[in-house]
Amino acid sequence: MPVTKTVIATSEHVSTAIAIGGVTVRVHASDPGFLRMLEQRYEGFTGDWESSDYEFIIDLVTPGATVSADEGLRVRRDGGLWKLERGDFSAEWDPVSRSGHIRQSANPYSIDSVLRIVHTLILATNGGGFLLHAASAVRNGKAFFFAGVSGAGKTTISRLAPPDVRLLTDEISYVRKEAGGYYAYGTPFAGELAKVGENVKAPLAAVYLLAQGADNRIDDIPRAEAARALLRNVLFFAEDSELVHRVFHAACELVEHVPVRRLTFAPDARVWELIQ
Amino acid sequence: MSDTRYVARSTKVAARMVGDEMMIMSGRDSTLFALNGTAAVLWEAADGVTLLEDIVARRICATFDVEPAAAFRDAEELVEQLAGHGLMLLSDAPIVAGAESENSR
Repeated sequence: MPVTKTVIATSEHVSTAIAIGGVTVRVHASDPGFLRMLEQRYEGFTGDWESSDYEFIIDLVTPGATVSADEGLRVRRDGGLWKLERGDFSAEWDPVSRSGHIRQSANPYSIDSVLRIVHTLILATNGGGFLLHAASAVRNGKAFFFAGVSGAGKTTISRLAPPDVRLLTDEISYVRKEAGGYYAYGTPFAGELAKVGENVKAPLAAVYLLAQGADNRIDDIPRAEAARALLRNVLFFAEDSELVHRVFHAACELVEHVPVRRLTFAPDARVWELIQ
Repeated sequence: MSDTRYVARSTKVAARMVGDEMMIMSGRDSTLFALNGTAAVLWEAADGVTLLEDIVARRICATFDVEPAAAFRDAEELVEQLAGHGLMLLSDAPIVAGAESENSR
């Protein structure tokens, strides 16, 4: 979508909307150049600004600390507000009014982290969904997750995908429980592939826990082991026991409804013969 | 150790039977714990008003082929560990709902 059509000018700010997982977040900022950068960063995920679900005003400040990981991150509830703090940004968000402020420099990484955190809070609050350290892809109308920590092979298996596979992400997957079951959504949260996923959804058919080995094979694992592995890879940052419990139950419930297996791969492209 | 000990599940944890294990997540630091089948029976029975020795006699020894004295020792060790992680409350008196405080054990 051309930038000029989705960057909407107001009296003080311009805005654009970013739709991930069927949830649209509109962001306002005073710098059109920053908004254009976001349009390019989230290409394929920009939504209709008139129907946004949440709004944030971004206060751009002089660049200071740069933080690439989530060290030092704090996400806590203060009264009715969520407060998000890391070296490179601070944000507060009112889940009732569905609006908030972000204070950061004009870089795409801080807003990227804020969006990820906000989505984890939305998913946990609504129940049944979460973000997962996993690559994901759609094949034959079905979605598959490939979960693992850094180095497990998420980007590798994404690179090996044949042309008929639609990649949803090589780093952070998005799952929501809906009326018809569990659905995987594409995300713009990329890993080493440095490429945003496709903005599509599909029913989640299986979760594979990645392991590297001498051959390609799929093994069943006990359900409790599956739950432990899944919980290790769930992204959740908030210091909030109620939401932690919701995420815990959401992950355990998913294990009861979606097959979770171990996928050992060589790695070579033939591994995709197992993913149908 | 006391023979008249009451045990109760902490209300600050999330717990769920998954497969053949009881998965427990601490609300304090999100640490995940897993209990095997025998320990899960004790966990389920820890209602705050039943003595630990009664739980062992009626629920553990009646279900599993274990020697009562050894089962009681194991149970005491387990509840001490769980209490140490803030997952369970221990008391010489029945534990009423709402008795849990920030520092309770």
